[in-house]
Amino acid sequence: MSAIEASSPFPVLTLLVLLPVAAALALQVVPTERAAARIALAAMAAELAIAAGVLLGFRPALAETQFAERVEWIPTIGAVYHVGIDGLSVLFIPLTALTALLALVSSWRSVRFHLRGFLASLLLLEAATMGIFVSLDLLLFFLFWEAMLVPTYALIRVWGVGPERQAAAAKYAMYMLIGSAPMLVAIALLGINARDAVAAGTGGYTFDLPALLGVPVHPGLQAIVFVAFAFSFAVKSPLFPFHSWLPGALLEGPAGVAIFLVGLKLGIYGFLRFAIPLAPDAAREWGWAVAALGVVSILYGGLVALTQPNLRRLLAFAALTHVGLATVGVFSLNTQGVQGALLLMVNVAVSATGLALLSGALHARLGSTELTALGGLARHAPRLTAAFLLFGLAGIGLPGTSGFPAELLVFIGAFRAQPWVAALALLGAILGAAYFLTSFERAFLGPATREAVRQIRDLRPREAAAAALLATAILAIGAFPGPLLEITDGSARALVQRIEQRPAAAR
Amino acid sequence: MTAAAPLIAVAVPILGAALIALSRGRAPLRDALSVGTAALQLVVLLTLAPAILAGGTLELTLLAFLPQVAIAFRVDALGYLFATTASFLWLLTATYSVGYLRAMGERHLTRFHALLALALAAAVAVAFSANLVTMYLFYEALTLATYPLVTHHGDAASAAAGRRYLAYHFGTSIAFLLPAIILTYLLSGTFAFTAGGVFPAGADALPQVLVYVLFLAGIAKAALVPFHAWLPSAMVAPTPVSALLHAVAVVNAGVFCVLRVMLDVFGPARLAELQLGAATAVAASVTILFASFAALRAEQVKALLAYSTIAQLSYMILGAALLTPSGTVGGIAHLAIHSFAKITLFFAAGALLVVAGRTRIADLGGLGPRWPWIMGPFVVGALGIVGIPPTGGFITKWYLVVGSIQAGQLAVLAVLALSTLLTALYYLRVVRLAFFRAPADDGADAQGEEARTPAPHASAPASGSLPLSMQAPLVIAAALSLAFGLYPAFLLQLAGLAAR
Repeated sequence: MSAIEASSPFPVLTLLVLLPVAAALALQVVPTERAAARIALAAMAAELAIAAGVLLGFRPALAETQFAERVEWIPTIGAVYHVGIDGLSVLFIPLTALTALLALVSSWRSVRFHLRGFLASLLLLEAATMGIFVSLDLLLFFLFWEAMLVPTYALIRVWGVGPERQAAAAKYAMYMLIGSAPMLVAIALLGINARDAVAAGTGGYTFDLPALLGVPVHPGLQAIVFVAFAFSFAVKSPLFPFHSWLPGALLEGPAGVAIFLVGLKLGIYGFLRFAIPLAPDAAREWGWAVAALGVVSILYGGLVALTQPNLRRLLAFAALTHVGLATVGVFSLNTQGVQGALLLMVNVAVSATGLALLSGALHARLGSTELTALGGLARHAPRLTAAFLLFGLAGIGLPGTSGFPAELLVFIGAFRAQPWVAALALLGAILGAAYFLTSFERAFLGPATREAVRQIRDLRPREAAAAALLATAILAIGAFPGPLLEITDGSARALVQRIEQRPAAAR
Repeated sequence: MTAAAPLIAVAVPILGAALIALSRGRAPLRDALSVGTAALQLVVLLTLAPAILAGGTLELTLLAFLPQVAIAFRVDALGYLFATTASFLWLLTATYSVGYLRAMGERHLTRFHALLALALAAAVAVAFSANLVTMYLFYEALTLATYPLVTHHGDAASAAAGRRYLAYHFGTSIAFLLPAIILTYLLSGTFAFTAGGVFPAGADALPQVLVYVLFLAGIAKAALVPFHAWLPSAMVAPTPVSALLHAVAVVNAGVFCVLRVMLDVFGPARLAELQLGAATAVAASVTILFASFAALRAEQVKALLAYSTIAQLSYMILGAALLTPSGTVGGIAHLAIHSFAKITLFFAAGALLVVAGRTRIADLGGLGPRWPWIMGPFVVGALGIVGIPPTGGFITKWYLVVGSIQAGQLAVLAVLALSTLLTALYYLRVVRLAFFRAPADDGADAQGEEARTPAPHASAPASGSLPLSMQAPLVIAAALSLAFGLYPAFLLQLAGLAAR
């Protein structure tokens, strides 16, 4: 949040954005599809290694921006290529790389149609997502935000597994386009405000986040900007009532897209990075409304999940409850809430992705994830069952998993801010336990009645390795959340400070 | 060694469970590992006895969890009493299980013994928790480790019992216990257990009352009405699991947590100030009377024992709720005394199932003279629960009576008197049938029973002889139940330290 920046001698963040793009191009020209798949795998593995290196190289507990790069981009409109990470974004760098790798693993055998295009789309999606998390210029951010749309649309429409995939893809695109429009307006308004505020005549437009944070914004404008951002992020997250694109995308799209969509909560990041710091007074004043949407999302998502006959649709509504809970944490507007929300995002990225991976694997094997078509999987696919149980328990925040410290912090933050919100959110936690345990029982326990279930193949080595990686992360973070919290601590505090101070100029 | 002993006591069963899992297929090795692990844990715990009896506490921080709280152990007399009881009875249960599971033709024995060990690791960790978050963590772990034991048979009846088990435990712990813990932190600034309570003087009464109610509702393992129904329905599980639930670990963990909250989150002084002692006494009394009447109507031996447990757990809570030293000592000591008596009863019930295939009270006619080494211990256990000298049950009843007189709670005295009468009635019903009624026709075993009994039971032979691995734990448990009445000094010293 602060203007202090540690520049990077080596443009590692740019590398993280460009490496997948380069791989996407390279795999078009290699002779065989096998080689193309190998290139994608190698690029994603390298990306994860570099991202892990960035996380290790990050100096924790500071609020300052690190690994920063800044280059003039379009001087006439004040756009700069400005990337960098701080405690709010650094965790998402390795998580994005991990998610992409999982998406690839989930599709390793199931995609048979135009593999190169599929791999390239996945890599471009990874690049765009990475770009979203490193951007410190609003126009650059918007560029990456919109760039996500094309590969995701293509992945759902072309490589989707459901019969309604075309409709689902169209719905997704429509929601995203409508969702992002107000944000563009808000960005423009902020740029204009910055030009007007800086000593008349000398200043130009700027969309540079650190610069904009130094510019006072009139309360009325803050309200407009906040509402516009909030709308965009609520659609993307998604929050109730803007969620109806998600179940379709998950059910009709390929497992890889499901992994991306449930694993990375870009909307929540958007609140933390842009909406709240750029309009702190409005956030303080109107945050309750977003928190209320969060609560409704938790309860609605939980209730619908409880009655879902399909495992993959259930994941969509579980994702809605996770987003709702993270929103409640964020709009506690205190350190515990923000830290909890960030940790919750990590938990979602290691648990919900795991569930999406496994349910994708089930769908690939059985052709269905209707609970009635499953049943008794535990006996015939014990490894898959054990992994599913662990991921699910992490998803509902059971102590010992990464979900517990996250939920505990969110609830502490929420109770401190608004006990009623916290109490209602807790109801969601009970619903979470209920829908997960009942669906687990129906899908995995009891006797296997269908022949396909009896013949099912347990996790393949590649899937087992991915599941083991996630399980390790879940248990390690569940026991030692401290290091992650230390990383996010400085930036979370800075953000809360910014909300709490009332800028004199705006009053 | 002593410094790390609490951790070792928790680690031993975890390692034991891993070894048991690896022993797959080699039954003698698996059984030896199960019993050996239990014995080892008990030895580790006994090395702590001198320090605890000297009035000391051991503290051990395992890992810095969140900035607000660490995962930490703190062993004091209360935790030690619960942990040692659990560990000792685990040794008996593990031994008993070897014979019982084989005689009943149960399957998945490796899983069974491994989960039993994990449950004990969780229970001892609950006992040693230094703060609410650590306690919550292992409380939930205990639920998770015991769930597959409740559903061990894998049939529809055990699945239903398992569903209820999870719904009650997770439902209440997430809905009530977790918020109680968070609110405690927000009101007091700490998660740590502190003798005399954590809330600042002069804090608002209403939030504290709310937190206290949330705690009581959130700890379903203590089986206070209306959070008790999971316990009777869990009787479909194999008998050693019932022993685990009723005597070794699960309900004791519940009562332990309630006692911990009363003593070290609120403290007797604060409870008195907020009138919560009396309120708790009312809740416990309602539970005692409700469960006693339900036990009178029970048809299955295990159902009778289950309702009896529900009532007895509230005796312990009632003792602490009197907020007098005697009452608290009585309540705490009853945790151990009830466990020994109740495990005797369950071991006997399991033995009857093995030798005669009987589970219904009405079918017990004439079994007393025929199986004196089963029904004899049963009578000792029943006397212990009713509280008749010279059993340990009398000791705690005495303390409860003294405590309620000191507290001036004559209504409590009336509840104690009435419930003792009811308890005597429903146990007498069994004893009278077993000893003074002509033996039922052997052919009558099956009538009405087959439909309710899961497959392994139906096929189990009424073998007519009791394996030593079942007989020995049964007799030892009964003997110790008597010993607590004859030599209560050690137990009372520990309970006295815990009540301080």
